[in-house]
Amino acid sequence: MLEDKVKSQVAGERKKWEAEMLDPARSKLRQSEFFSPSGLPLDSVYDPVSLEEDFDYLRDLGYPGCYPFTRGTSPTMYRGQLWNSAMYSGYGTAEESNLRYKYLLDQGQSGFSIALDLPTQLGYDPDHVLARGEVGQVGVVLSSFREVERLFDGIPLSKVRQISVVVNSNSVIVAAMIVAFCEKAGIDPNSFIISFQNDVLKEFVARGNYIFPPKPAVKLAGDLIEYTTKNIPRWLPICICGAHLRGAGGNAAHELGYCFANAMAQIEDVVSRGLKVEDFVPNFVALFTAGMNVMEEVAKFRAARRLWSRLMKERFGTEKPMPLRIHAYGQCIHLTAQQPLNNIARIAINNIIAVLGGVTGLSSPSHDEALSLPTEEAVRTSLRSQQIVAYETGLTDYVDPLAGSYALESLTNQLENKARELIVKVDEQGGAIAAIEKGYMQQQLSEGAYQMQKDIETGKKCMVGVNKFRLEGEKVTIPVFSVNEEAQQRAIDSVKQVRRERDNREVARTLAELERQARAGNNIMPAAVEASKAYATMQEMCDVLRDVYGAYRETASNAF
Amino acid sequence: MTQKVRVVVAKIGLDGHDRGAKVIARAYRDAGMEVIYLGRHQTVENVVEAVLQEDVDVLGLSILSGAHATYVPEIMKRLKENGADDLVAVLGGIIPEVHIPMLKSVGVDAVFGPGTPLQEIIDQTFSLVREKKAALAGQ
Repeated sequence: MLEDKVKSQVAGERKKWEAEMLDPARSKLRQSEFFSPSGLPLDSVYDPVSLEEDFDYLRDLGYPGCYPFTRGTSPTMYRGQLWNSAMYSGYGTAEESNLRYKYLLDQGQSGFSIALDLPTQLGYDPDHVLARGEVGQVGVVLSSFREVERLFDGIPLSKVRQISVVVNSNSVIVAAMIVAFCEKAGIDPNSFIISFQNDVLKEFVARGNYIFPPKPAVKLAGDLIEYTTKNIPRWLPICICGAHLRGAGGNAAHELGYCFANAMAQIEDVVSRGLKVEDFVPNFVALFTAGMNVMEEVAKFRAARRLWSRLMKERFGTEKPMPLRIHAYGQCIHLTAQQPLNNIARIAINNIIAVLGGVTGLSSPSHDEALSLPTEEAVRTSLRSQQIVAYETGLTDYVDPLAGSYALESLTNQLENKARELIVKVDEQGGAIAAIEKGYMQQQLSEGAYQMQKDIETGKKCMVGVNKFRLEGEKVTIPVFSVNEEAQQRAIDSVKQVRRERDNREVARTLAELERQARAGNNIMPAAVEASKAYATMQEMCDVLRDVYGAYRETASNAF
Repeated sequence: MTQKVRVVVAKIGLDGHDRGAKVIARAYRDAGMEVIYLGRHQTVENVVEAVLQEDVDVLGLSILSGAHATYVPEIMKRLKENGADDLVAVLGGIIPEVHIPMLKSVGVDAVFGPGTPLQEIIDQTFSLVREKKAALAGQ
């Protein structure tokens, strides 16, 4: 905080500078006003007086590892431990993906992040009519716990820093399969760390991989959170997502505001079961985009931690400080199909931004994402990009090194405020679930997407290689990955074999129990574990739940 | 053209990424076309039914999951069987270049990959409709 006397001196000098130097140069400005991508007005230069409200170091920043965590969730950050490095990967059968995870672990990533194919994510077995052409295409097939055994075969889970599974609407089923796997293999589930994305609300708002309607979806997600909180405290039962909201067209303020609005609706479900926020929220992690706009993105990570810990206090009355560990993912919407090698630079920039932002986990996309799933070389290059930032830039020797930058602190404040405004707007709709049912958040994001496309068309937003510095008549010359065509058949053969070899009476019994528990409104995890152990398939378990809760259909009112 | 061009925009299969489909639907609407937006998780049956019932000039499909290789030939076959010969079919999403010849051979008129400007999509779509109508009129 500046003394009044110093403040007025600085302000005086600034006025002089503006009159004598800035005003005469105004005609040479590239544009008359400058804004951040989320619409925050940018000052001609930031100085100590620029921070709109008083900048109070102890209130607004504090020390790393302390409330409000602006500077980081641990006191030492990367001086103690680097971020968890885990590329999102998976394709084909469990055996193929198992090899890719082993490869990446060998190449130096510290964790792995499991991508599931669409039939698995949407609760269909690989031989379902809707699974045709989709099996193993965007992730691995997990049709029963037999595939989990194959997926983890030969991987020492307790030596992996963190395993992440990107599963949402049926995360409670996948978690049950993994618990079943642990029981059969004699592994203590608490001996390793696994995180489930399990953010069902963002599926309705942005991602689109919903199964059940919002309220039952939140209930099932809550079942997983309750179960692990009580039984497997090292497991991370939810990763609240802002990244997908950006992917759907939102800006950095939407990313924080809507993500947190959704998260609070989920928290309310768990609290209604009698759990205390302080008992389960510390195991929440967040997934945010590491975008291209350096200053706004770094500000965003800091604003995110601060806003979250403040919201937990304000809205849920927590007394213990609530740090939010953040996992970041490079900004895929900016990866171009044109001149794909340019994306290597983009991904490196995303990685630097994430590290300056103090994330504890980082997945980087690969430079060929706009063309297909990454080749082995592309994903290795992406991992190397993280390793270069980790070992060659020196950034890991600092904690929150940009703190105190007038520009950064001003943006951090503004983003927090803007996100809060958006949360209030969701509140006015009746909360996240009501807002989703009305299509409110979906429409806001889709509006943002349209506006961004218009900006690209007019050139207001530059995408190198796409609307500037193009290569006319460009041909794709880099190798493009394609999923093994036999994978679909192998996956189908595998699930058929499981159905043949298991005790079908036991399957029927355990599925009936699953249904009973679901209809009674109880936590379905224990019943799902039993059904998994009996080798009930993903679809069989999801069909039971679809029967109980119904399947969600998006209506025209929350279209475009 | 005195009548509005009618377009169905749909996503077939399980892929949920509808940012592009929504942007295209809106761009088509702003360009003066009549858009029937079916959205996500459509089956081949749904789409064929909508195309026939709504008597559209253009079918726009968006697929990012790799399932285009399965679904597009099938839907084009069904449309031909149902006499929708004058339909313009355009495709967007993540479509490897090596698949484009096959897709064109089954009747896809244009593939608009990532980075294609909206105006180009709109102009090409209008021009494809004009060409098809002229070709039919000339028969």
